[in-house]
Amino acid sequence: MATLTSDRKSTRPSRPAPELIFGDLWEFDPSPETADPKLKPRYDLFIGGQFTAPKSGKYFDSINPANEQKLAEIALAGRDDVDAAYAAAQRAFDTTWGKLPGRERAKYLYRIARLLQDRAREFAVAETLDGGKPIKESRDFDVPMAAAHFFYHAGWADKLDYVAPGRRVAPLGVVGQVIPWNFPLLMLAWKLAPALAMGNTVVLKPAETTSITCLKLAEILQDAGLPPGVVNFVTGAGEVGAAVMNHPTPAKVAFTGSTEVGKIIMRALAGTEKKMTMELGGKAANIVFDDAPLDQAVEGIVNGIFFNQGHVCCAGSRLLVHEPVADRVLAKLKNRIRVLRVGDPMDKNTDIGAINSKEQLGKIAALVDSGVKEGAEMFQPPCRLPAKGFYFRPTIFSGVSMSHRIAREEIFGPVLSILTFRTVDEAIEKANNTAYGLSAGVWTDKGSRILKMSVELKAGVVWANTYNKFDPTSPFGGYKESGFGREGGRQGLLDYAKLV
Amino acid sequence: MLAKSPTAAFRRLFDEVGTVDAVGVEERVAKFTTRSIKKASKVKGLKLATSMVDLTTLEGKDTPGKVASLCQKALQPHPGLDAPQVAAVCVYPSMVRHARKALGSDTGVRIASVATAFPSGQAPLRTRLAEVKAAVADGADEIDMVINRGAFLAGEFGEMQDEIAAVVEACGDAALKVILEVSELETYDNIRAASFLAMRVIREGDFIKTSTGKTSLNATLGNNQVMLEAIRDYYLDTGIAIGMKPAGGIRTAKQALQFLIAVKETLGDAWLTNERYRFGASSLLNDLLRQLEKEKTGAYQAPYYFSEAAESY
Repeated sequence: MATLTSDRKSTRPSRPAPELIFGDLWEFDPSPETADPKLKPRYDLFIGGQFTAPKSGKYFDSINPANEQKLAEIALAGRDDVDAAYAAAQRAFDTTWGKLPGRERAKYLYRIARLLQDRAREFAVAETLDGGKPIKESRDFDVPMAAAHFFYHAGWADKLDYVAPGRRVAPLGVVGQVIPWNFPLLMLAWKLAPALAMGNTVVLKPAETTSITCLKLAEILQDAGLPPGVVNFVTGAGEVGAAVMNHPTPAKVAFTGSTEVGKIIMRALAGTEKKMTMELGGKAANIVFDDAPLDQAVEGIVNGIFFNQGHVCCAGSRLLVHEPVADRVLAKLKNRIRVLRVGDPMDKNTDIGAINSKEQLGKIAALVDSGVKEGAEMFQPPCRLPAKGFYFRPTIFSGVSMSHRIAREEIFGPVLSILTFRTVDEAIEKANNTAYGLSAGVWTDKGSRILKMSVELKAGVVWANTYNKFDPTSPFGGYKESGFGREGGRQGLLDYAKLV
Repeated sequence: MLAKSPTAAFRRLFDEVGTVDAVGVEERVAKFTTRSIKKASKVKGLKLATSMVDLTTLEGKDTPGKVASLCQKALQPHPGLDAPQVAAVCVYPSMVRHARKALGSDTGVRIASVATAFPSGQAPLRTRLAEVKAAVADGADEIDMVINRGAFLAGEFGEMQDEIAAVVEACGDAALKVILEVSELETYDNIRAASFLAMRVIREGDFIKTSTGKTSLNATLGNNQVMLEAIRDYYLDTGIAIGMKPAGGIRTAKQALQFLIAVKETLGDAWLTNERYRFGASSLLNDLLRQLEKEKTGAYQAPYYFSEAAESY
């Protein structure tokens, strides 16, 4: 063998391995979206159908993570503001909304959906300014999908007699909701639409870094003529969230966010009568078999982990690749991420925008450091990042093992950990060897294998030969420490109802 | 018996070169259509696309006069506009000598000729080879051949490749473009597989090409992408750079820019040249010129402002 190798070296002229050049021969000019986001300099709380100043008189700044500039001041709610919000919600439930027939509630929901569509560009720009996600995603995904959720649940509102065959459903009453910063408007729609369709009234707290589109939606609720108090928004950080979750009024609380905070909420509410749904973290396995169409799998891997800068609870952050194709998938993946465009989120050509906050950027950097220290091999494309703002290069780690922190902890950033497997059983075992169970992906040409995997994988959603596909009709939610309860579809609706 | 069946042949080939998921390809190419090309990058893209056009006329009613006017258009697409010459004119073999007369021998515009009983390819091999030799002898710089789709679909890959190899030999110094006629291959899997079969028997600098333009479905971003990815994989495996030519159905500048974005993001800068990428088109040229004029003056000119030299494809 040794002679063969050396022989080959001496007789063949050494030719450099062929490589692709992704340079600047044809560079794209900046193409910024220019619609006016119509921001107000200061946003108050939305209680009882009115914008109301916080009793404390305190405000905090909301900044644009793309350039660290201040966008607006947001009211900081106190305990008495939360009380006022719940009082308004209870009043609205007792006097108007709870008594309204479903077909009347549907009219309001349709109106909200249409008003949101009318102002789609404005909302997309506001969402991108506030959260840092690329404009093409807020324009093509977040805003249309939020409208779609209102439309879908509007359709249910007058058909609730048929949602649980043989049973009657009734609203729970007042519900308290807390949503995260990764899809501010969309998570808002996921929470509001089913609650309202079923006849509940709501007190909701958006994330402190991304309150703007929530408060802009309050303007739409006013324009739609929604009765006062049906929806109330209180803004602020964790303490406000705790006040919303722990308040005695709500019959149910719904939370989307980290598993850590979810556990705190559950501990606080243990022993109460309150219903809960939790949509928490994830560490999804995206599993690629050797018979998969590799270029499309690579595209799915990229969609899975780099969508919304990886700030996605169901992100395919663990790539499990069948050993025979591991090298090829890695090589293809490297070439693919070399053409991802990182930069100004407002540019229509940007694929990866800004990390949502300085704090999150720090968390991502720390976990990536741990990956390097623990011996995984890191690849980042050589792209230029803007000087100001919070940015992180798309990052892939190969040679990761199950015990590495980057294979176990949710990074919530554009960082992919690649592991390999040899057999179907090993893939299932590795995929399920996590505290989470929100989503998974399977890439194979073999239909029977897809069915087997979807049964064996302990994940709320299993995508086959695609990734990160959402629809209002399809229930979404987790297993294990990824939470419980569903959002979307009939199942999501029933989580806001009592059966009578 | 089983091992010799066409099914087994296809299975082996797909195992070797890999398969394609149609939904995934179409999702990928949809992303190219959301790219926003403005200002200087638009002008650069339009000029690049112009320089890649194989200005084509393939009609039964073609005459030496028509070909001469096509050649004039190729040399000077639009007087007064700083637009590059196109890459080539593409004509039937009987028109090659007329094109050569019109272009002269000292020209940057190449002469491409469809040969091998275009578009069906249904003539005896010796007839097809004779046609290729005649076109080259008359002065063709490039030959656009059609593959034997019947042989491919029957799993007779050896026969298909032997015929291509024979045409390569008949070409001599002329470059070869191998037309897969993608609409007759029907699936992306087949398009990828046929691309590999062709690439394995042609030379560096030769092309694979989507279609004849004579069937209902021609170049699309989807089949362009499948072939670009095949070219990329073949290049990274062997170091042999094959060119690509989508043909038929690309009529607007906007479409052409989307195809170029696909090239930029799949094969990279080394393919952003007319030595490795061409558009088989005719009406495309005037739309490119119209857009260039608009970038220059800020106003759209009426279509009749641009000389019409070709109306087919």
